[in-house]
Amino acid sequence: MPQAKIVLRNCGVIDAKRISTFLERDGFKALEKARREMTPEEVINEVKVSELRGRGGAGFPCGIKWEGARNSPGDSKYVICNADEGEVGTFKDRYILENDPFTLVEGLTIAGCAIGASQGYIYLRAEYHYLLDLLKDAIKQAKESGFLGGFDIDVYEGAGAYVCGEESALMESIEGKRGESRYRPPFPTVAGLWQKPTTINNVETLMNIPQIVLNGGGWYSQMGTERSKGTKVFSVSGDVTRPGVYELVLGSPLRELVEELALARDVKLMQIGGATGRILPYDMMDTPLAFEHILGAGAVTVFDESRDVIDIVRRTMEFLAEESCGKCTPCRQGTEAMAEIMERFCWGEGAKRDIKVLENLAETMMLSSLCGLGQAAPFAVVDTLKYFRGDYERRIRGN
Amino acid sequence: MSKKVTSQNKVPGNLLVVLQEAQTRLGCLSPEFMVELADSLDVPVNDVYEIATFYSFLSVKPLGRNVIRICKSLPCYLKNGQTIIDAVEKEIGIKPGETTTDDRFSFELTNCIGLCDRAPAMLINNDVHVDLTPRKISQILKKYK
Repeated sequence: MPQAKIVLRNCGVIDAKRISTFLERDGFKALEKARREMTPEEVINEVKVSELRGRGGAGFPCGIKWEGARNSPGDSKYVICNADEGEVGTFKDRYILENDPFTLVEGLTIAGCAIGASQGYIYLRAEYHYLLDLLKDAIKQAKESGFLGGFDIDVYEGAGAYVCGEESALMESIEGKRGESRYRPPFPTVAGLWQKPTTINNVETLMNIPQIVLNGGGWYSQMGTERSKGTKVFSVSGDVTRPGVYELVLGSPLRELVEELALARDVKLMQIGGATGRILPYDMMDTPLAFEHILGAGAVTVFDESRDVIDIVRRTMEFLAEESCGKCTPCRQGTEAMAEIMERFCWGEGAKRDIKVLENLAETMMLSSLCGLGQAAPFAVVDTLKYFRGDYERRIRGN
Repeated sequence: MSKKVTSQNKVPGNLLVVLQEAQTRLGCLSPEFMVELADSLDVPVNDVYEIATFYSFLSVKPLGRNVIRICKSLPCYLKNGQTIIDAVEKEIGIKPGETTTDDRFSFELTNCIGLCDRAPAMLINNDVHVDLTPRKISQILKKYK
């Protein structure tokens, strides 16, 4: 399947510092269309027809989220852009923000119109502080050119916490608290930021909106697979010749991305979706990149034949143990226990019962963790026990 | 619990933003500062401390004038990130988690900073340094006084 540029259509084409270059590329035409020719319900309907799903990893249908917030009673509503990409190996949002902050501003403003919010927030991770001025300047230029109307956008900076990419933790952080996940329900569309109806969308999700409004949801839903429409932006890193950001039609085989575009050789395994993502061995290279198979937020880290599976999993678990917010026990304790066991396997000091312990822990964490972090934290262990079990068995003491 | 709810209602503005500004201005959120802030807001000091210790870009211990954060996550590790960590250790004579005696540098390891396409990478203060090799380190560090 071909590469296609919807999200990245302006990247490398416009000057991210000058709104005039964005306007030459139909900039803000979708916003004007949404305001002048469509009702908010019609905008939401186009997004529903497009079948656009959230690009931050969870894949929730965007139109349904917007409809929920629109229909929730309340005078104040908020739209948030999640620019806190902290997933290991993900850098697509950085690339988008660097190259085309204007489309994001347009997409977020359309979201505001659609749900009836007059205030938008962009939550930018602290590690991307160097993008803050560029982003604020894009908002300022849009405002001064009269495109935002009565809609305001404020940028909130994170302070260094992976879990704040999780939507409920992110809202806690904007409220000025520890970034701990919330119990749900209520869902953000009913009681989100400051307990008001809120939609929260990933940078890439919002980047799709202007093109959907301009060309129609039907145009968008022609691309992709049955349950994954449109394109996806991937961040490829690790043992590849050409690391970088690639946009492909959903359903494209992993092989096209990893071998044909990023030019990987002698691949042993790939971690897809970062630390909370899935691990696939080389012989599953033809798996389609789609929500119904494997996707996440689109981080693809490639490991060649020289790499040690156990070491990869240990480093992943150490990361998660550090970044667990600590609120719920299965995640806080489970990630610590898994990191400790993986370290022993690393030194060839595993015990036979450890494999069973890992499997039990994984099941408990997936079933009972409060948020996506803990629920997905065991994936690296689960997948490698499935595809690379021998690597564990060889590291059992005495073997 | 009821005390906490009351106190949160009293907080004018946003505690995290206040702490972020203080971190930039003072370089560290000292115990004295946190107690004073809590008093002025009439909240328990724990309300301040729990936020100050949650986020990795806030620090309750003094930091040097420049903070080096080298990425230790997998994409950088695969591109020999450890050699960069070793080179910085050798150059400034301290280990991760430490600050030089002249307060010029604090040295930390950080999780993924989203520069994996240009790995190995690090941040010094808010500056990005990518495509690192051990040989580049001393030249880069010279710029930070």
